[in-house]
Amino acid sequence: MTKEEVKTSLLNIISEIVPDEDVMNLEGNTSIRDQIDLDSMDFLDIIMEIRKKYQVEIPEEDYPELATMNSSVTYLEPLLVDK
Amino acid sequence: MKYDLIIIGGGLSGLAAGIRSAHFGNRVCILEQQGRVGGLNSYYHYQGRIFDIGLHAITNYVPRHIKSTPLAKTLRQLRLSYDDFQLLPQQISRITFPTKELRFTNDFNFFIQEISEKFPHQIDQFTKFVQSLKGYDEFSAKKEFVSTRQILQSFFFDPLLIEMLLCPLMFYGCSWENDIDFAQFSVLFRSIFCEGFARPQDGMSKIIQLLKTKYQHCGGELKTNCKVQKLHIHQNKVSEVHLSNGQTMKAEKIISCIGLPETKDLCTSWGGKTTNRTTTPRTGALSFMESIIILNTMPSQLTFDTTILFYNDSERFFYQRPKTLIDTSSGVICCPNNYQTEKPLPEGMIRLTNLANFTLWNGLDEEEYHIQKKFCLRESLKKVERFIPGLQDRILIHDIFTPKTIEKFTGRRQGAVYGTPDKTKDGLTPIKNLFICGTDQGYLGIVGAMLSGISMANAHILY
Ligand SMILES: Cc1cc2nc3c(=O)[nH]c(=O)nc-3n(C[C@H](O)[C@H](O)[C@H](O)COP(=O)(O)OP(=O)(O)OC[C@H]3O[C@@H](n4cnc5c(N)ncnc54)[C@H](O)[C@@H]3O)c2cc1C
Repeated sequence: MTKEEVKTSLLNIISEIVPDEDVMNLEGNTSIRDQIDLDSMDFLDIIMEIRKKYQVEIPEEDYPELATMNSSVTYLEPLLVDK
Repeated sequence: MKYDLIIIGGGLSGLAAGIRSAHFGNRVCILEQQGRVGGLNSYYHYQGRIFDIGLHAITNYVPRHIKSTPLAKTLRQLRLSYDDFQLLPQQISRITFPTKELRFTNDFNFFIQEISEKFPHQIDQFTKFVQSLKGYDEFSAKKEFVSTRQILQSFFFDPLLIEMLLCPLMFYGCSWENDIDFAQFSVLFRSIFCEGFARPQDGMSKIIQLLKTKYQHCGGELKTNCKVQKLHIHQNKVSEVHLSNGQTMKAEKIISCIGLPETKDLCTSWGGKTTNRTTTPRTGALSFMESIIILNTMPSQLTFDTTILFYNDSERFFYQRPKTLIDTSSGVICCPNNYQTEKPLPEGMIRLTNLANFTLWNGLDEEEYHIQKKFCLRESLKKVERFIPGLQDRILIHDIFTPKTIEKFTGRRQGAVYGTPDKTKDGLTPIKNLFICGTDQGYLGIVGAMLSGISMANAHILY
């Protein structure tokens, strides 16, 4: 996947989990959880949806990498490059 | 074939656990003894109508835009939308005692106002109490029983206010007699007073259908008319699930929503050398007689505008197994017509709930049982007459269920609707791969049961 595709896929996953939030206008460098209502259960669902869709395990110590949209894409891109 | 997860019971908690687990790729099978899922909150056909078994109200009602609430969490975790439940908010509910009445709506400020008018000498304490609840975390609450009465007595000097606060909350979810664990109380306080009541437009049938379809779309298997008879335990794990039709099944893990004592009864052994409350759970003492009444008029014609009315005939509220078949000195009157709607129900309907004694009902022979049902309904109606004058002459159809009916249809021992008082809050049992969700894990009611299924699937299957 390209960087752009990773971003789109992540946005789709988030909007499936929080359909009532405005996901498309997320600001790239600000914490996702500061912009939309996303609790820890929702956050874990994002991790699990990624695992389900792409069979990628994200270890718990890497969770901080998924704080903003930009850091998430940077982190996920190498993992999803062949997907 | 071996499943990742077998769920015993298709109650609302079992369905929710099933949806979560199947959604994330587990091979799941739900086994339900009845022909239909939904358990205590399912529905049935009677005289050409659909009757809800349990539904008075969905608690935890919040408007669409309010987030981070149990209802919003439940919907998100199950990937359902707010509109799926078609919730109609209540009009007004009442707690009626001989000398005072407290009304409440889905606006908590209304209730505060009501307390300040009826109990002006206690309003400051009430505000403090509500504030203290906000800082209280039910989820990390202690396992031991904490007496709500003691806590309330430390806040309020007027005993009547304490009784009036306890009355509706106990009726809607208390498995202890005359007191309630404070963690449970605070969950109920929030779900009923701070949030509120609603009714799904078409009753429970649509919601049950929706959950079932969702579960099957996620790849979950469902076997109805399929009763689990025995759980074979080997080295402290469930090795085989035996069905009453003679088949056996296998799974890595088992979640049961049929109740803790009931699950224990299925196991060929129940490890655990210690005898704490989870290893020897008591059977719940509390059950109810529920009468569903169709009227040949509309409740509004009888000038009854209340959604749910909780009454008690004395200054002290006794929430205990009565010494008689039923106890009409207190009760709940629910009117499904009195929710805010543009599509009114076609017929007038009233539901009556009274505390009832399982052992006494169970001891009657068949003929006497039917006679007593009619007699008890009449007694129950007498008490309602002062709130809905003329009701007794307006009955078109009625159906009554007793603690015996509840035990027969749901398998809940002694018809204990709210399960054992010995909850297993973490869902663990002495058997390593066997978990409890639903009523006996500690969350109950419609939203509570679903949230319990979700959190137990998350904790023991997914995370
Ligand atoms: C009269 C009444 C009124 C109520 N009113 C309300 C209300 O207004 N609002 C509200 O929120 N809640 C209400 N409740 C409570 C609510 O219904 C329950 O708290 C909730 O539905 C419990 O769900 P559960 O999943 O824990 O268990 P259950 O619904 O008890 O599910 C257990 C399931 O397991 C099945 N089962 C049992 N044994 C076996 C076996 N051996 N093998 C296979 N299957 C088995 C049963 O058939 C059942 O389907 C009411 C309950 C009653 C009885």
